[in-house]
Amino acid sequence: MKIKLTVNGEQHSLDVEPRRILADVLREDCRLTGTHLGCEHGVCGACTVLVDGEAVRACLMLAVQCDGRSVRTVEGLSSPDGEPHPLQRAFSAEHALQCGFCTPGFLMVAAGALEADPTIADDSERIDGLVESNICRCTGYEPIRRAIMRAAAESASRGKP
Amino acid sequence: MKPATFDYVAPHTVHETLDALGDTERDVRVLAGGQSLILEMHLQRIRPDLVVDINRVAGLDHLNLDNGAVRVGALVRHGVFESPQAVPGPLGRLFALAVVNIAHPPIRARGTMVGSLAWAHPASEWCAIALALDAAIEVRSADRAREIAVHDYFRGALQTARARDELITSVRFPLLGDNTGVGFIEHRRTHFCFAQVAVATALAVHDGVIEQARIGLVNCADRPVRARAAEQALVGAEVGSPGTGYRLPDGHPFIRAGRIAAEQDAAPLAEPYADPEYRRNAIAVLVGRTLRQAATDYQVQAGNGATGGRL
Ligand SMILES: Cc1cc2nc3c(=O)[nH]c(=O)nc-3n(C[C@H](O)[C@H](O)[C@H](O)COP(=O)(O)OP(=O)(O)OC[C@H]3O[C@@H](n4cnc5c(N)ncnc54)[C@H](O)[C@@H]3O)c2cc1C
Ligand code: FES
Ligand code: FES
Repeated sequence: MKIKLTVNGEQHSLDVEPRRILADVLREDCRLTGTHLGCEHGVCGACTVLVDGEAVRACLMLAVQCDGRSVRTVEGLSSPDGEPHPLQRAFSAEHALQCGFCTPGFLMVAAGALEADPTIADDSERIDGLVESNICRCTGYEPIRRAIMRAAAESASRGKP
Repeated sequence: MKPATFDYVAPHTVHETLDALGDTERDVRVLAGGQSLILEMHLQRIRPDLVVDINRVAGLDHLNLDNGAVRVGALVRHGVFESPQAVPGPLGRLFALAVVNIAHPPIRARGTMVGSLAWAHPASEWCAIALALDAAIEVRSADRAREIAVHDYFRGALQTARARDELITSVRFPLLGDNTGVGFIEHRRTHFCFAQVAVATALAVHDGVIEQARIGLVNCADRPVRARAAEQALVGAEVGSPGTGYRLPDGHPFIRAGRIAAEQDAAPLAEPYADPEYRRNAIAVLVGRTLRQAATDYQVQAGNGATGGRL
């Protein structure tokens, strides 16, 4: 089936079988291997990407469902000149990754929430909910929580007049 | 594993959807949120011939009030109910208490309440709530429209009264009166697991006395359960003050109702890490706690003039 995907602002015209999940098409057809697959059961969250701005599991969506939609992956987080996203800087500052396998998923789930609502820093329960969304086998989660708080606080202060 | 091959259509109208579902020679599946279906397709426990993606069908994402009831369309996602204001009064509070137990934000952004009812997993929070609250399932096929009362709807694990050519267009819940206190408590091994046991309650109170009790049990049988014997035992009991101790005294009506629910209403099956005896114990404890939560909710609301505002 012929579909059009906008991935990180770039148009892709693809011919994909309906059975192929979004994560595989991003990795194999668009050659964007930042989106990882851990469980393919919706549990681990390593595959999380934004579809029309909303964080979703790319292992539980068919690529054909995204025809005409806009997808953002971890490769689309930094600005065009290569400047890291505030979340990426915060993850580095807080040592929120060790092996890094889970990192793209955590970055995208946090980016979706932060862009929809820059005031999430005030709501620690919401942040806990985001951190609990995905699995990390290395860090123990606390540094990830701190990194999201740090980036949220930064973007909230930037948003103020 | 990856899903096996299938044909795919993404209709734009209910009419086209029903035409596609009319092909009963083949295994045709509606794709709503996909958060159960695509997982089952990965495991190849479901290998559909045709997938009918309803996500582009206009008009299925409505959440509206209609004559004392709320109608939830087939594309209303779980996440909508995180706000207790999404639905007025105690019903909105009950939905908000329950929904955070369903998976995680990215899954709640896609999965739908109607999809949960269609899937009819015994551990589904929405299924037990629908049963306890006398919801009505609204279905359509190419040649008829009908409404299925929820007590006729669940037929066993993943089994329902929906015919294969029928689309569930919406589910209708009667609103709960302002004199109602609600509770929802879930027990599970980790946040990534389904409920081992969960309980939903709504207590309608008049002059400090329970006029009507509704109790829905999640994962306490091969299908959702309404704890009718326990409900009966509560009618006429005083809601009382929530009290401060950790445990209620043994003879308390809520403790008694918990025991009745566990022994007479539930039919728990053995699961890894939870044999029926353990689960009956958990049911008794959780029913008691949830009733207490509902009584507290009632008192907080009554103290605020019972205007149906937020907790
Ligand atoms: C990691 C993870 C954890 C989860 N945890 C929970 C949990 O704790 N509690 C819980 O209840 N659920 C849980 N779920 C499942 C989730 O809630 C699903 O969203 C829900 O079970 C199905 O809704 P859906 O819209 O995704 O339906 P789909 O997956 O699209 O469909 C499910 C089934 O229902 C049928 N169907 C869907 N909509 C209709 C319709 N309108 N008419 C006719 N048939 C229809 C489909 O054909 C399919 O057979 C979890 C899922 C994941 C991946
Ligand atoms: S790979 Fe998608 S959630 Fe694990
Ligand atoms: S950093 Fe290794 S899994 Fe999270």
